[in-house]
Amino acid sequence: MKNMFSRKQLGIPYGLFLVLFVAAPLLVLVYYAFTDGSGKFSITNLLNFFTDPNTLGTLCYSFVLAIVTTLVCLLIAYPVAYILAHSKIKRKAVILLLFVMPMWINFTLRITALKEILSLIEGNLAFYPFLNTVIGMTYDFLPFMILPLYTTLSKLDKSLIEAAADLGADNFQTFIKVIFPLSVPGIVSGVSMVFLPAMTNYVVLDMLYNSTYIMGSLIGSYFSAYDWHNGSMIALILLIIICIVSLISGDSDSEESGRGGALL
Amino acid sequence: MIKKILKYAVISLVLLFMYVPILVLAVYSFTDASNIGAIHAFSFQNYVTLFTTPELQHMIFGSILLAFGSAAIATILGTTGAVGAFYSKKRVRNTLSVLNQVPVVNADVVTGFSICILIVVVFGVSKDTYIPLVAGHVVLSAPFVYLAVVPKLKQMDPSLYEAALDLGATPAYALFKVIIPQIASGILSGFVMAVTLSLDDYFVATYTKPATFDTISTYVVNATKGSQTQIKTALWALSTIIFIIVIAVELFINIVPSRKEKKEG
Repeated sequence: MKNMFSRKQLGIPYGLFLVLFVAAPLLVLVYYAFTDGSGKFSITNLLNFFTDPNTLGTLCYSFVLAIVTTLVCLLIAYPVAYILAHSKIKRKAVILLLFVMPMWINFTLRITALKEILSLIEGNLAFYPFLNTVIGMTYDFLPFMILPLYTTLSKLDKSLIEAAADLGADNFQTFIKVIFPLSVPGIVSGVSMVFLPAMTNYVVLDMLYNSTYIMGSLIGSYFSAYDWHNGSMIALILLIIICIVSLISGDSDSEESGRGGALL
Repeated sequence: MIKKILKYAVISLVLLFMYVPILVLAVYSFTDASNIGAIHAFSFQNYVTLFTTPELQHMIFGSILLAFGSAAIATILGTTGAVGAFYSKKRVRNTLSVLNQVPVVNADVVTGFSICILIVVVFGVSKDTYIPLVAGHVVLSAPFVYLAVVPKLKQMDPSLYEAALDLGATPAYALFKVIIPQIASGILSGFVMAVTLSLDDYFVATYTKPATFDTISTYVVNATKGSQTQIKTALWALSTIIFIIVIAVELFINIVPSRKEKKEG
């Protein structure tokens, strides 16, 4: 009896840590979102968000930016992952590694590098703020889209593709009817990896001189103004969006995909 | 034939997109140019500046110390957490897994902001104690250590631990001699992951760090807003060094084990 006890107890420090630094901050966030400066219950912060055209505009801009970035990432990543998973390419492991390696380099330094190249091409970055942001985010998040797609596509049962061919389907039909539907879990998990950062990573915008706000920038500006209550409300709204996205992606988001998958 | 060329073209174009900026910057880091353009002369000035400017030295040393320190704490917490959860009742295990998943799916902005509010605003802990910053980075990385260790625990043969106990080992002795060696590869990749996440983080650091302290990310973001060309080009050198280290580590991790397997196999 005593033996079983000792192994279980090992989980206690981490359990306490998670409660204190993961669960408690979120509860405090909810408390701050629904109180005012004097600590009284209030829905002013909620009303502030949904009545101010600026914040609503920010929400829309974030969604548009996130959708465009995610689509661009998907359109680039899918062919790459498909080719890597299904063709006999020499040194496939090395090429896959090359696609994943940028994840290891500090993203601010990578965006700095991209910025220099974009300045050279465009002359002045201020001309195309939206385009530059999409390029910057694609540059930053592309590996997170390629990896889950590659994982799903390479695990795909080859005999199904052969069966489709035997039954008379041409390449295009096989792709539409067999390969694409089976790769949906990879797409969903890739999309959830890119969509949320695209709504919140305001550093990419700042560094590329895009002065339009996204949801993350709102938190940043309330933080700078010591406005914890409105900031918490934005964080809470983001949390709800995150919950919705995670619910949709649900079980397809397995342990091997995502940020951790690159290195494990 | 056309299909094959097309395949290689797609792969090469995307790789070019991902690597041209880093490589161009790497070339320019060895010149005296202050902008990407005409090269006048080759120079190591950027590397000298990088390692002799006190401000840059502090930033690099501080980031590394923070990364390894927080990764060490995260590795201990994440590993013990995974082992403890693995041998606990299903309900406890599921609760831990769900809580563990929160920082993984959450946006870093929200993680950083919520930790700042709890520790700094509610508990009144000063940011100058580094407690909020270290706690924040552990929150960011410990879940990934947990996720790296759990599959290794599942692959383990449970009878080995019981055999050790039957042969007279104490549970603690059996833990270190039987369980830890079998999950060591998971612990190591979790640790490496934790170091990388800490080095890459901007958002948690910016909400929890002391005003006088800078990580690589917060420093770079501030430097791009400023107009000091000397600092700007020194950062190109930093980017190049990190790129070379990443290549070296990747080669080491991926080539050394595959050679070993070949020898053993």
